Amino acid sequence: MTTKFTPDHEYIRVEGSTGTVGITSYAQEQLGDIVFVELPEVGKVLKKGDEAAVVESVKAASEIYAPVSGTVTAVNDALNGEPGMVNADPEAGGWMFKIEVSDAGELDKLLDADGYAELTL
Amino acid sequence: MAEARSEDLLQTPLYERHVAAGGRIVPFGGYALPVQYPTGIMAEHKWTRDQAGLFDVSHMGPSFLTLKDRSGDAEADHAAVAALVEPLICGDIAGLKPGQVRYTLLLNETGGALDDLMVARSPRFPGALYVVVNAGTKEADFELLAKAAGDKADFQRVDDNALLALQGPEAVGVLTAMVPGVVELGFMQFGAFQWEDEELIISRSGYTGEDGFELLCSAKNAARLWDAFLDDPRVKPIGLGARDSLRLEAGLPLYGHDLDETVSPIEADLGFAVSKRRREAADFPGAARILSEREGQLTRKRVGLIVQGAPAREGAEILDASGTAIGVVTSGGFAPSLGKAIALGFVSPDHTAIGTQLQVSVRGRAQPAEIVPTPFVPHRYFRKSV
Repeated sequence: MTTKFTPDHEYIRVEGSTGTVGITSYAQEQLGDIVFVELPEVGKVLKKGDEAAVVESVKAASEIYAPVSGTVTAVNDALNGEPGMVNADPEAGGWMFKIEVSDAGELDKLLDADGYAELTL
Repeated sequence: MAEARSEDLLQTPLYERHVAAGGRIVPFGGYALPVQYPTGIMAEHKWTRDQAGLFDVSHMGPSFLTLKDRSGDAEADHAAVAALVEPLICGDIAGLKPGQVRYTLLLNETGGALDDLMVARSPRFPGALYVVVNAGTKEADFELLAKAAGDKADFQRVDDNALLALQGPEAVGVLTAMVPGVVELGFMQFGAFQWEDEELIISRSGYTGEDGFELLCSAKNAARLWDAFLDDPRVKPIGLGARDSLRLEAGLPLYGHDLDETVSPIEADLGFAVSKRRREAADFPGAARILSEREGQLTRKRVGLIVQGAPAREGAEILDASGTAIGVVTSGGFAPSLGKAIALGFVSPDHTAIGTQLQVSVRGRAQPAEIVPTPFVPHRYFRKSV
């Protein structure tokens, strides 16, 4: 299992050919209290960089982009009732969707934990 | 958000306090101001509704207009200074009692709002008005006011001072402990009060829907006053984010969003700000349009909406039940006190009835919305029976 990061503050935790996507702790902190999460539909085919989800804070809406290309296989419906989970537990309970990765090569171009940490210093 | 370079931004006398408190600084109206402190917008919002929130609103435009040649007859002098500003606005200024504050609108010739503002009659000095305008419009507003003053009055902008707002149910208790005299003020009354070596201009007013006060303080004593408030455990600093969600819940329009120079007071559902005497005289800018709109000749009207699902933000289209566009959201967001999304917007007049089922388009998807009365959260102003 490896976790990769985008410069836009999404993470993707990869197990086999499936990645679990959410936003980093740094990102949730920057966004503030999340009050609504709009999730993609299961089965949706996304290209790397496509808008995949939207998180709404009190003040503003922010797009969440697909870190890699693939097909959405599951979404975290618990966020519909409890969007604040993205703040409380962004990298576990606050995950947003799972994606079947279509091009594993795209993962190599993402940041590793050290690279991401450097970005958010 | 396009970030202005921080060196281009003005700082208020409290800037260092915001930074020290961990405020997240953003550009707003040309100033560097905190959008939130570390606890976040939701907690700050709720604190203000439950306790007392302290806001730095020094970016706004306080000013004084003072008659030069005073007759010694207080009423005549007030009438003379009121006559200078009334041609710009739709409020009855002549009719203000000493110490009374009035919300009114600065209008252009077609009846559109150049700004919304507070005009107050000095409780002590005949022929003097205290005027507070919005940050984004203050240069233009001040130019109009200075021109209106002409050679008959001195116009003095005092926006190099600090303006603080203390808002919430505990505000009166907190401030009374420091400035006992303020307990005499009712909603929309103001006066000068001594605090330590500083004379504060304090009005019982604000933009959160709560009881509270706005205080004009010299720049040199501003941080001391700020610190004195925060020494009280009932007080926490509140940023612009919660200021916006509080005013939205209170159903109060924000200039530049719910009001602009095309919007009339009647369209904005601010008919109360067009005073009776001025209506009868039809002597304010855009009177012909505004009076005919008041008789029902309207093309749009500001309403409140409760939105199901994601918040509908400024610019979102409002649709009727069949999907036809009938208006647009001008302010929208999440209401922390209600736990749901709310919005202000303009719709065609046949869709303004309370309970009307509409839709809003958010990212291309129609979501249910319903017209509801505003304020969304009841005002809790302290009105004194006269």
